[in-house]
Amino acid sequence: MPAVTAALGSWRVLASAGAATQGDLSAARAQMGFSLAWHIIVACLGVGLPALTLLAEWLGVRRDDPALKLLARRWARAMGVLFAVGAVSGTILSFEMGLLWPGLMGRFGQVIGLPFALEGIAFFIEAIFLGIYLYAWDRLPPRRHLLTGIPIVIAGTASAFFVVCANAWMNQPRGFTLRDGKVVHVDPWAAMFNPASPPQTVHMILAAFIVASFLTASVYAVAMLRGRRDAYHRAGFAIPFALGAVAAPFQILVGDWAARFLSDYQPVKLAAIEGVYRTGSHVPLTIGGVAGKDGLEYGLRVPDGLSLLVGYRSDTVVKGLDQVPRSQWPAVTGVHWAFDLMVAIGFFLLALGVWLLLAWWLTRRSGDGLLDRRGTRLLLALVALAGPASVVALESGWSVTELGRQPWIVYGVMSVRDAVNPAPGLMTGLWLVLVVYAAMTVATVYVLRRLARGTAIPVAPQEADVRDYPVV
Amino acid sequence: MLIDTALAVMWVGLTCYALFAGADFGAGVWDLLAGGAARGARQRRVIEHAIGPIWEANHVWLIFVIVMLWACFSPLFAAVMSTLYVPLTLAALGIIARGAAFAFRKASTELWQQRLFGACFAVSSLVTPFFLGAVAGGVASGRVPAGLAEGNVLTSWLNPTSMLGGVLAVLTCAHLAAVYLCADAARESDAELARGFARRAVVTGVASGAVALAGTAVLHADAPELFHGLTHRALPLVVLSAVSGVTGLGLLITRHYLAARAAAALAVAAILWSWGAAQYPAMLVGSLTVGQAASQPAVLSACLISLACGAVLLIPSLWLLYGTFQRADTPKPGHQSVR
Repeated sequence: MPAVTAALGSWRVLASAGAATQGDLSAARAQMGFSLAWHIIVACLGVGLPALTLLAEWLGVRRDDPALKLLARRWARAMGVLFAVGAVSGTILSFEMGLLWPGLMGRFGQVIGLPFALEGIAFFIEAIFLGIYLYAWDRLPPRRHLLTGIPIVIAGTASAFFVVCANAWMNQPRGFTLRDGKVVHVDPWAAMFNPASPPQTVHMILAAFIVASFLTASVYAVAMLRGRRDAYHRAGFAIPFALGAVAAPFQILVGDWAARFLSDYQPVKLAAIEGVYRTGSHVPLTIGGVAGKDGLEYGLRVPDGLSLLVGYRSDTVVKGLDQVPRSQWPAVTGVHWAFDLMVAIGFFLLALGVWLLLAWWLTRRSGDGLLDRRGTRLLLALVALAGPASVVALESGWSVTELGRQPWIVYGVMSVRDAVNPAPGLMTGLWLVLVVYAAMTVATVYVLRRLARGTAIPVAPQEADVRDYPVV
Repeated sequence: MLIDTALAVMWVGLTCYALFAGADFGAGVWDLLAGGAARGARQRRVIEHAIGPIWEANHVWLIFVIVMLWACFSPLFAAVMSTLYVPLTLAALGIIARGAAFAFRKASTELWQQRLFGACFAVSSLVTPFFLGAVAGGVASGRVPAGLAEGNVLTSWLNPTSMLGGVLAVLTCAHLAAVYLCADAARESDAELARGFARRAVVTGVASGAVALAGTAVLHADAPELFHGLTHRALPLVVLSAVSGVTGLGLLITRHYLAARAAAALAVAAILWSWGAAQYPAMLVGSLTVGQAASQPAVLSACLISLACGAVLLIPSLWLLYGTFQRADTPKPGHQSVR
């Protein structure tokens, strides 16, 4: 029982609520990082899956296609489970903002409160209509039922927008003045619509749709590889794959926009991403490598690459990490690798999209079915891989933005160390959270797998099953 | 004025959380006490049916309160969260376990899984309101000073007023749930079950009243400022709560289940507002007033305007939600195309 031992140990030093120890600071960072990394996957599915479900239901109703209708019901059941898990894991995050980072919230809570208030409203709408959509499936006529799903998609996307606005503020703190350490002249709208908001929110929302699409498609790709190639599985593969393939190229453009934004507004982060130590022109682009004493070592270098990417000219000056003292450098190797990984996976997803487009074009000419051509098995295997890969890209991208901001919690204004809760015993909280999340992960995966294998789908995805057998 | 409006809006959110989500927690308590798999099946079915579509929306009131707190009264949020982080972490874990397990149980088909997730759901429904009540007790008895983690990590919530708050919260939630479920059972034409819930509602109602009465002695000794406020400025609200509580019991006995819902809700709401009235304008007794904690006017007005716009969307949506599921439920044949 490490948790209990740690608890006793930390409670012995109750009197010392002066400053957080290094251990407690690390524990707080680990807990926040872990619970965010967990929630971000479920949240992406919460944003993207309703859109896929609605699409399937709409097509099913329009074509009166039983396979599509069944697909919509299956996805709706998974959506119900994922939304519940997402709602509670999101609530924990709002607790943790205060439990772990009261220094941030006490001082700047009022500055970033507005996007969270708006997010609360959006989440409310999402929860209300999700209840209606899931439980009133057979109380409403099909078209009206479809309509009740639309607010879920809009509100889910809006939630993502508002929450990422708050995160963007941590990168580009605006809308307040500090006078003698006190926050004055707060302009909540300027804080919310800070310069980092547009690139970050668009990047994140697209990521949500891409992750939800490729994860869903990968489930059906695996089933099809195992020989289940009926209309139901084909649709379950094709609808999300098509949506993801459309979004992938846009994501690359938006990613480029986000990186360019960094070169103007957060050059330290860009320097960490690319491992640029010294400011200068003719800066090469380094792929891979390890941060050494004077720069990235063992990486693959493209001469003048970064200068060309940033300013389209080989003599473009790129600011290096040397603009700030070494104590304010982010962890270069981690940020750099996370970024390269994200970009590599982004191009992999793009390639899959191009493959789909080519296959579609070829089959239009030859009249074969889209998935009957040679090479289909390889495509299916790659899409099966693309689901988990898109999650890896998501987590790496998020690591880039968070680790790249270190040591700051509010860029250039407040360090993580000054924000952490000085109360003793944060390590205990970390252990507890890890145990609870481990149990929740196992249960979520298990239940989702059960749902995927599920036998007959009851009339209303969430309700009728309750009547068919005693609930204990 | 602006500050008081923001405070009132937040308190309305807290009241809604207690009245709606509190009853969902209470339903979990009854789920826990419903008995074995066979004996408790009917009760559990009504409970599941009643809270299934609405608990997530009800839960959002908590997020609403938290967000209002940190946007409009950030120093209060920081002080409460940092000092009371132990019970708040436990409440947060309870919230996770309750919501996730409820969804998992619904998606499981085997008895042992339903038992496991059901037990998890039910136990966390008991534990979560207890810790939230303990947090309220810690704040109300003045054990949370302003600043970061300035209060004692343990005695801020392990104290007489917190224990009173915790027990009262659990009893109130159970009472509200039992009262609400009477009408749900009656609508499903299960008169026997409705009478059973009415019995439980009366028992928990009387118990809540008794604990509250005994609690005045605790408050007198442990939280004198709060006691003074409750027996002076907030006295009308306390009396209102007692009167509507007793009225509610009478309505239950005479089987006016819908009217009993209103009376029980009023009794609980009045208690919450009497706490607010007793403590006002202190937010943290002895160290932080509403005026000191409040954000700048620009923030308060931005939040209030956003919420007003949001309310235009939210109120009809909530109406639609409760309206859809509080009607007698007869799935219309003909709309079910897929088996």
